[in-house]
Amino acid sequence: MPPSPMPPDAAAARAVVPWRARVGGGLRVLLPAVALAIMLGVIFHLQPRAMSYVGLRLLLNFALPLMFAAMAQLCVIAASDIDLGLGPFIGLVNVLSARLLVEQPAAGTAALALCVLAYAGMGAFIAARRLPSIVVTLGASFVWLGFALLILPTPGGSSPAWLAALVRLRPPLVPLPVVFAAGLAVLGHVLFMRSSYGVVLRGMGGAPQAVARAGWSLLVGRAVLYGLAGVFGVCAGLLLTGLNTTGDANFGTPYTLLSIAAVIVGGGEFVGGVVAPTGAVLGAFIMLLTGSLLSFMNVSTDWQLGVQGVILIVVLGLRAVQRRAAR
Amino acid sequence: MKPGLRSWLDARPFVWSLLGAIIVWALTAASVAGRGAGETLSTAFGFATFYVIVGIGQMLVIAAGPGNIDLSIPSVMTLAGYLSMGVMRAQDAGLPLGIAVALGVGLAAGLANVVLIRGLNIPPMIATLAAGFVMQSMTIAYSRGSTAKPAPLLLAASLARVLGVPVIALAFLAVAALVAVVLARSVFGRSVLAVGQNARAAYLAGIRVGRTLILVYVVSALLAAVAGLLLAAYSGGASLNMAEDFLLMSIAVVVLGGSSIAGGQATVAGIWTASLFLYLIVTMLNVFGVGAGLRYIITGLIIIMVLALSKGRQTV
Repeated sequence: MPPSPMPPDAAAARAVVPWRARVGGGLRVLLPAVALAIMLGVIFHLQPRAMSYVGLRLLLNFALPLMFAAMAQLCVIAASDIDLGLGPFIGLVNVLSARLLVEQPAAGTAALALCVLAYAGMGAFIAARRLPSIVVTLGASFVWLGFALLILPTPGGSSPAWLAALVRLRPPLVPLPVVFAAGLAVLGHVLFMRSSYGVVLRGMGGAPQAVARAGWSLLVGRAVLYGLAGVFGVCAGLLLTGLNTTGDANFGTPYTLLSIAAVIVGGGEFVGGVVAPTGAVLGAFIMLLTGSLLSFMNVSTDWQLGVQGVILIVVLGLRAVQRRAAR
Repeated sequence: MKPGLRSWLDARPFVWSLLGAIIVWALTAASVAGRGAGETLSTAFGFATFYVIVGIGQMLVIAAGPGNIDLSIPSVMTLAGYLSMGVMRAQDAGLPLGIAVALGVGLAAGLANVVLIRGLNIPPMIATLAAGFVMQSMTIAYSRGSTAKPAPLLLAASLARVLGVPVIALAFLAVAALVAVVLARSVFGRSVLAVGQNARAAYLAGIRVGRTLILVYVVSALLAAVAGLLLAAYSGGASLNMAEDFLLMSIAVVVLGGSSIAGGQATVAGIWTASLFLYLIVTMLNVFGVGAGLRYIITGLIIIMVLALSKGRQTV
């Protein structure tokens, strides 16, 4: 079979997409946007002082690592895989940057590059041996945690000065996390939704046979997706170090669930390569603000994990109900 | 390899992890010049039992087909451990209530997973993960200010030995044998494997797919709850991180033991041999003076490598 030609132009391709699917695509990002607006509204109502430059900064600072973690998870979910080792990986980067990057910047940079390569290699390995991503990434989580403990057995270290300075930047008018979010959303959107290779990447999870028949390598595609996940994961770990100004092998742990939840709440699906980069960034804010919302409502933060789990269940449950109704 | 030996091995995939366990044990024994080799094995049997308990549940879930997995196991263990220790109040009189509470936690968790998976159509991986986080939250909230010590009788039972063999190991050798018979001979066991091989074909053949799935998730959660109860007793009390390794370990013993990760095929004997293998590796690395970091790295790499090798054997 000859390789199928790409559509002549995007407009023609869009014309054949039924209107309902197109509206659905828009809803994918609209719903998390509305949810985030409501959450912010409630928070501003409960705590009017949050509605300021400084207030927003404090409220949203920890969205910095989370939005990059969400983007990393999105890369893996685009392949219809899942990464259960992302949290420990971010912990490893946190430890690497708090120790090695401070003491030996060159060696630290090389180690971080190696981390990204290891992730790309993991993707290639999963593709080559057709392994279930869930077991491989869980096994890898032990490897990341092990290396993190080797480098830093007990919490400590400090942040490289440039990282600490970066997260303390005060851009005019809008706080840093919002600037980063806008930039990351545009980057993710261009990468996955606008570039032609983005179609191939999403095809890895949506229609791998079609992608392979069109002449693209599934092995390279998975390696690229996992490599991108590694890059975003490293960014998340670095920002975490900048914010915490210290290293701890266990700091990354919560990011596994949070990143998955952010992608799903933001409109992504577990199978079929259906992802929404802008939604994932919004999802990161939503997951982060659950914590703030609980504390403003005087609910113990003990329940934060549970509330995040329930949000995930509710979103997925609603989606299933919607799908059944559509049928 | 002779074809006869080849087919004999293919029918008994647990032989590899058994060999691994024996080699690792021999290495450990040799390094300490044989001193305490029996004690090492006895301890390994005791601790491996916990991997076995959750491993059997995870094996049943995974055997029920692609996509089925129980990621709530560590949360069920910790919640059951805490609540049962809490109501026991370190008194033998509270023992029946403690056991009932643990089983109740297991039953509720299993049913909750089933409702999310079957009722709301949420992929099992995320349904059990999210349910696990809700339970973890409950445990964190409950654990504040609770003293979580086991009843003396339960503590003694979890540590008791007959001729050097831990009683809990004997009990779960029996349970494993029972599960093996159930899988091979009962309608439920055959249904699990049939659903795992091809859910649609199983449905068309008149097997009640839904009921089979409900049962495997409930059994998995019940076993996790029992493991939590016993582990909390064995360690002298429940703690928040007591089960953190059990998510990976429960899946690892299934894979290393020779069950298919894609479902439809289960090897109960492999759960035992793989559990012993994994625990003996930890013991060996401890004896060699290897730190926690390197221990994690080696364990993780072994699991990934064995998975890659065993998958290769199946696809060839």
